[in-house]
Amino acid sequence: MAKEITTANFETEVLKSEKPVLIDFWATWCGPCMRQGPVVEELAEEGYAVGKVDVDQNMALAQQFRVVSIPTLILFKDGAEVKRFVGLTSKEELKSALEG
Amino acid sequence: MEKVIIIGAGPAGISAALYAVRGNLDPLVINNGIGALEKAEKIENYYGLEHPLSGQELYDTGIGQAKALGVRMLDAQVLGVGGFDTFVVKTTEGDFETQSLILATGSKRAAPKIPGVKEFEGKGVSYCAICDAFFYRGKDVAVLGNGDFAMHEAKELSNTASTVTIYTNGEEPEFTPEENISVNTMKIQSVEGGDLVSGIRLAPDVQAQEINAEAGQQANDFCPTEGVFIAMGTAGSTEIARQMGAELTEKGNIKVNENMETTIPGLYAAGDCTGGLLQVAKAVYEGAQAGINAGKYVRSLK
Repeated sequence: MAKEITTANFETEVLKSEKPVLIDFWATWCGPCMRQGPVVEELAEEGYAVGKVDVDQNMALAQQFRVVSIPTLILFKDGAEVKRFVGLTSKEELKSALEG
Repeated sequence: MEKVIIIGAGPAGISAALYAVRGNLDPLVINNGIGALEKAEKIENYYGLEHPLSGQELYDTGIGQAKALGVRMLDAQVLGVGGFDTFVVKTTEGDFETQSLILATGSKRAAPKIPGVKEFEGKGVSYCAICDAFFYRGKDVAVLGNGDFAMHEAKELSNTASTVTIYTNGEEPEFTPEENISVNTMKIQSVEGGDLVSGIRLAPDVQAQEINAEAGQQANDFCPTEGVFIAMGTAGSTEIARQMGAELTEKGNIKVNENMETTIPGLYAAGDCTGGLLQVAKAVYEGAQAGINAGKYVRSLK
C-alpha cells in the first residue's frame, strides 16, 4: 500500500527517508487521479517508497510545493525535490525516475 | 443506459456504428460536426470510388447508410465525460450514460501555439476545470477557448474562483453569454509569469494603441490571472480522453492498442484522434475494430 502522507508525517516519511520517495498529489474528484492511483499502488507493491497526499485534506502541503494541477507526482531524494510529473504519468516513466 | 455511444460521425465513427449495430448493440452516435472531411474536395484514393466523391458527400452517404441500418443519431456538442465504471457523456442536448464509449471526433482544431502555455503546464495552465478548480478558490482565472466547451469549463470554475474570464483569442464568441462570466475577444500574445502564471499578455491592438497614444497613455495589454484553463474549440476526442485520465502519446494523440482500446477499460478511440495516417481507409479500419471490441467488452460485463 502507498503510504498516506499528511502534514504531520511528511517530514519523517518523505524528507528524512533514506530511499527516494515518490509522492502522488491527488483528490477524489479528479478523474485522471483515480486512474493514477492504481499505478502508484503497483509501484508500492513492487517495493518502491511511494506516498499519497490527498490535497483536500492537506492543502498546506500542496501550497508548499506549489501544486496547482492534479495529479502531480514529485520525486524526493535526500529531503529535496528532484523530479516532478504533472498529469497522468505511466508506470514505466515513474519507475525509471525512481531507479535513476 | 446505453450499451455503446460513439462520439463523431465521420468515417471512424460511422464505421464503428455499422459494426456495433450489426452486433446488436443499438449504438447512439453523437454527431458534433463534419471535421476534416469538409476540406476534402475530392476523394479518389478510397476503395470503390470509381467516381470521386467530395468529403461532404462521403460524410452524408455514411450517415445515410448508418441510419438505414437503424443507427440512432443525435446532433449535439459534447461538453465532457464523467463517471467511473460507466461513462456519462455530457452534451448540449442532455446527459447520456453508457457502458462503453468510442471517441471518433477526429483531430480538428489543433490548439494555436501560444507562447507560455506549454511552459506553464502544471504551474497555472490546466486542462481540467473539475480537477483543478479547487486550487483557485477566491482567485481570478481565465479560460482560453470558445464555444460551449469553454463556457462549460468557465461555469465549472465560477463555483470556486473569484472571477472567470473567457479569452477567445481573436474569435467571435460562439456561446450564449452568462452573467457572471466576462469575455475578452482580443488576440493573445503569451501566457506569462515567474514560478507560476501571473497573467495573459494580449497582442497589441493597433487601433487601441493609436487611441491610447493620442491620449498619451500606454495600452494596457496585461491581464493578471493566476489560472489559465485550456478549452479550445469543441471538446475534441483528445481533450475528452485527457480529462478522463486516458493516456496520450507523446505527440498528443490518444494511446490505443491494436484493438483500439485506450488505457481505460470500455473506452475506445478510432480515426484521426489516434494519430498515424490521416486517411479514410485507416479511420474505417479503426472504427470497425472499435465497434467490434466495444461489443465484446459490453458482452463481457454480463
